[in-house]
Amino acid sequence: MSAVVSRIREPLITGNKTYHQITEDLVSPTEKTPTKEWVIGFIIAVSVLTFGVFCIIWTIWVGIGAWHLNRTINWGWDITNFVWWIGIGHAGTLISAILLLFRQKWRTGVNRAAEAMTIFAVLCAFLFPIIHMGRVWLAFFIMPYPNTRGPLWPNFNSPLLWDVFAISTYFTVSVLFWYTGLVPDFATVRDRAKGLRRKIYNVLSFGWTGSAKHWQRWESLSLVLAGIATPLVLSVHTIVSFDFATSVIPGWHTTIFPPYFVAGAIFSGFAMVLTLMIITRKLLHLEDYITIEHIESMNKVILLTGTMVGIAYLTELFIAWYSGYVYEQFAFFNRALGPYWWSYFGMMFCNVVSPQFFWKKSWRRNITLTFFLSIVVNIGMWFERFVIIATSLARDYLPSSWSLYSPSWVEIGIYVGTFGLFFTLYLIFVRVAPVIAIAEIKHILKTGGDQYVGENAPHHHHHSESHS
Amino acid sequence: MANIKEREVIYGLYNDEEDLLRAVKSARQDHMEIYDVFTPFPVHGLDPAMGLEESRLHIAGFIFGTIGALTAFLGMTWVFVKDWPNIFGGKPYWSVPAFIPITFEMTVLFAAVGMTVSFYIINGQGPGVVNKTLDDRITDDKFCIAFDKADVDADRAEAFFKNTGAVEINSKTI
Repeated sequence: MSAVVSRIREPLITGNKTYHQITEDLVSPTEKTPTKEWVIGFIIAVSVLTFGVFCIIWTIWVGIGAWHLNRTINWGWDITNFVWWIGIGHAGTLISAILLLFRQKWRTGVNRAAEAMTIFAVLCAFLFPIIHMGRVWLAFFIMPYPNTRGPLWPNFNSPLLWDVFAISTYFTVSVLFWYTGLVPDFATVRDRAKGLRRKIYNVLSFGWTGSAKHWQRWESLSLVLAGIATPLVLSVHTIVSFDFATSVIPGWHTTIFPPYFVAGAIFSGFAMVLTLMIITRKLLHLEDYITIEHIESMNKVILLTGTMVGIAYLTELFIAWYSGYVYEQFAFFNRALGPYWWSYFGMMFCNVVSPQFFWKKSWRRNITLTFFLSIVVNIGMWFERFVIIATSLARDYLPSSWSLYSPSWVEIGIYVGTFGLFFTLYLIFVRVAPVIAIAEIKHILKTGGDQYVGENAPHHHHHSESHS
Repeated sequence: MANIKEREVIYGLYNDEEDLLRAVKSARQDHMEIYDVFTPFPVHGLDPAMGLEESRLHIAGFIFGTIGALTAFLGMTWVFVKDWPNIFGGKPYWSVPAFIPITFEMTVLFAAVGMTVSFYIINGQGPGVVNKTLDDRITDDKFCIAFDKADVDADRAEAFFKNTGAVEINSKTI
């Protein structure tokens, strides 16, 4: 195809792939018996999940008193974990929607797995506010529907209700977007399968045929979904930040929260994508599809968003001082030098200092360093939410009610349990579905394959001459 | 399931999308009516070559989105102004700025769900639907042009496939 490809772009698919080879490489992980690594990983994930379920049942049985929240610090690990998981769940839609609109072809190698990760992370996030309600069996009260209680409607002016709408919409749209992308690939799996497996994949593929008209509609649907998912992804973390920003708690009541939360969400989401993709590409041998170029691109996003988060932290400090408002000033003084100083400095180091390593090209392309820093970033982003939530609440307006907080084993258990849920779902996903979007990879082969662009391309020199 | 009427088709398989595009263009020039083209991925330039009209799915998306926006905004208005007026934090009953987030979310939700459901309905797809396919390799690495034998004479189609570089020619009832 005579598409114009910039000669400074590196190939996105290496190994001189043909269309058939792409199918072979990407479908075969779902066709083989699970490897030993997968089985061990799955057993660990399910065990951890089981413990998490036990802790959730314990909480519901005993009541919220099983946690160490108190009257002063009434949001602790639960909401910290909620915001953290939701933040991680931002990368998938960012990669699949915003990068689609920006025509970033490298998204193709990682979008499928990132979208799956988004869905699983949002599921983990969902759990926390629901359990935190205490009487989970009444959770449906948050939905607006005509009822016999008045009718008693939820408060549409409350950011907590906006959250319900934002997160359920985000989850639904992410699932639709992800599944629509999967349908043609399930058809590819189906057409290689026999017997029962073929029947199952035919159900999953919705009877996809590959007709030109269907592809045309499929592209139209993908583009519009990307277009509406782009403001959606920005709105979700904006609304999550409203949970804090619209309150009158010093340290929460700031207008910088929406952009700062969104940048932080993308930052932590990309870090989680990197953590997962580095493991996935190694275990499923996908080095030809998720290249160093992909890792470098994601590290650039991490560097950018990490620096944005850093600027937001400093702006917050400056505004607290400049506002002349003593309660705000105290909140920030207390954050940095109060009883939770270690979490503040942990946050500063992990989120602001650590991504700065990625200014250096060779470090951006270093897989070991990237893997290590991707975990550091997510630890830092967890600290950030803990700093915002717990330290702001711990020292409120009335010194007699000042308090401290550390989690109970149940709270830790639920958090650890969500990792079990996340990895259980992810491991099932890598067995059942192609982790890389097959049709989309084939679509970019002639503009991103190493036999067409870059050093290995046969006509490389010829092109340079003809252009000069 | 979707196709009640059975049809006899003759189809050719190509190895590359560029061969396919050239073949589609020459079929159009020769006024041979193409029944359908099947590809493993969306081939750009195929729609104009086949003379397909632009999909109107995005218009459906806009309509669904509008319905969502109106449902959310008018619903909240009715609840807070008419059905259950209450003062929250000294704000007016009809506190429009506070309705924006939910209105936006519902717009997106309705547009996305409405468009996706429409997409599967007009494609004749859904869980459990079995659509007959011509060749298993179409979802792998083969590009297919199919003629309905009622529209195009089988001999003419065969000659066309040979001339345009098809690697395989077959007939099938679907």
